[in-house]
Amino acid sequence: MATAAAPDRIPSVARGAAAVPGPRERAGDRLFRLGVAAFALLILALTAALAVMLAVESRGTWRSFGFSFLWSTEWDPIGGKFGALPFLYGTLVSSALALLIAVPLGVGSAIFLAELAPRRVSDAVSFAIELLAAVPSVILGLMGIFLLVPWVRAAEPFLTRWLGWLPLFRGAPYGIGLLAAGLILSLMILPYIAAISREVLLTVPRPLKEGLYALGATRWEVVRGVSLPYARSGILGAIFLALGRALGETMAVTMVIGNTPQISASLFSPAYTMSAVIANELAEASSPDHLSALVAIGLTLFGLTVVVNGLARLLIRRLEARG
Amino acid sequence: MTGGHARRRRVNALMFALTALCAAVSAGVLFAILGYIAWKGASSLSWAFLTRLPAPVGETGGGIANSIVGSAEVVGLAGLIGVPVGVLAGVYLSEFGGRGRLAFWVRYAADTLNGVPSIVVGLFAYALVVLPMRRFSALSGAVALAIIVVPIVLRNTEEFLRLVPGTIREAALALGVPRWKVTLRVVLPTARRGILTGALLALARAAGETAPLIFTAFGNSFWGRSLLQPVATLPLTLYNYAISPYDDWHRQAWAAALILMLFVLAVNAAARVWLKPVSGGAS
Repeated sequence: MATAAAPDRIPSVARGAAAVPGPRERAGDRLFRLGVAAFALLILALTAALAVMLAVESRGTWRSFGFSFLWSTEWDPIGGKFGALPFLYGTLVSSALALLIAVPLGVGSAIFLAELAPRRVSDAVSFAIELLAAVPSVILGLMGIFLLVPWVRAAEPFLTRWLGWLPLFRGAPYGIGLLAAGLILSLMILPYIAAISREVLLTVPRPLKEGLYALGATRWEVVRGVSLPYARSGILGAIFLALGRALGETMAVTMVIGNTPQISASLFSPAYTMSAVIANELAEASSPDHLSALVAIGLTLFGLTVVVNGLARLLIRRLEARG
Repeated sequence: MTGGHARRRRVNALMFALTALCAAVSAGVLFAILGYIAWKGASSLSWAFLTRLPAPVGETGGGIANSIVGSAEVVGLAGLIGVPVGVLAGVYLSEFGGRGRLAFWVRYAADTLNGVPSIVVGLFAYALVVLPMRRFSALSGAVALAIIVVPIVLRNTEEFLRLVPGTIREAALALGVPRWKVTLRVVLPTARRGILTGALLALARAAGETAPLIFTAFGNSFWGRSLLQPVATLPLTLYNYAISPYDDWHRQAWAAALILMLFVLAVNAAARVWLKPVSGGAS
């Protein structure tokens, strides 16, 4: 019996033994292990260097403005006044708008693909959705400029007529602005939400679902009663991961948001995001202060995405630990 | 579940239809995008467009040959830098790291790096290469793209190496083969297909990246003469043409988008076909 059980243990022993090298590790093996460890360390160093670089290159801005940099609204590179609030506002609002559209669509797709659709259909549609994630963002931006923006411009007067009692839907119909940016961002994050939510839903144990089927539940009742509650933290993780993408997305947004540093209650008005201002102004930064302020915006964006992505991984891992 | 049977069936059918609609919209968006690009791009695609330099501003005609070559150059160099680093670090994580503390932090760093917005990676490459050298260059663009490629290749390599059965390692070690040789000659070749496919997909993603190239590779209306000169790249040229006021440049932007899209689609389709036998054989 002992010999029959052994093969199962061997792989883990092989790996475990490698982690704690024995006294008789050969010279060549030692060299090899240290060699690949150096590359692993390089990645650690690279990530640390990125964070340090952002902090060092932006120290001038933090020194002269402090944290008021984050809630000051004036951005005047020539006059030497730098405040990041309009960019923070544009990034957060366009990302929130994108989530508002992409979450129902993505989670709905995932439910259909994981729980309801026949296997063949599910595989084909999943592949199409994954390909959507591979479309370069500059191409989506191109579609945005010439296709989406005219549509939005045509639709805005109707939105004002029906929903104009909300300040969100008032203002001149430019086409370019927060609404167009949110729409195009939602297309970019939709595949992440759909694909990861589908994977998470596929991990729901069959016996749990069969238990409810045995009580005579319909498929939708099983989805609502078992699958969604079980997968909740994973789906939330997928949404946070998508949010991380949306916050940092640059090209497509830059091309349709209008690049105007202002804070306006209307979704129709042009705005600006953190990534867009870096993309537009860094190559022609007018002074060291300007450069430093742009890097400070980069650091803020970096911090934001690290927190959001960390939360996402935590939520997804919590599900894996249980499964 | 207190409602009548018929009502419950109706709710079930309704939700089925609603979620199916969601999936249809999501997948439909892809086909709408592909179809529209093919329609707008195909009419402007020609041999001259692929082989000529851009025409001077204001003149019609010209091509994007320098951007295509420049993209190949920058992405190729990024692959030469990024893929070996990612693969070797992946070898460490899978074969030596285990659950150790270094491995934990390396995975954490890679996941963090993977989530960093590409524009911020561009900032890093700018500070790392452009500022010290005082010039925009193909090299700095390649460094930026390499940093984007590394974490993807790393996690992909680790995953595929973990799929290699431990018994294969044991068998080779039992023959007295040194561990480094087992890793290089037995383990890596077994996982080769998955690792290469992952690297290819990562490079396809890098080929479409625009934001980190704006202030690194910068762009160029002519051929980039060396890796230390600014160079034109396909996505950045597309961007500049798209936001320009000239109709002729808009036309060329669509053609460039078609080329970029075809490349990305080809790599993704190839990866899918190439990987299928492996996942089938493993299970």
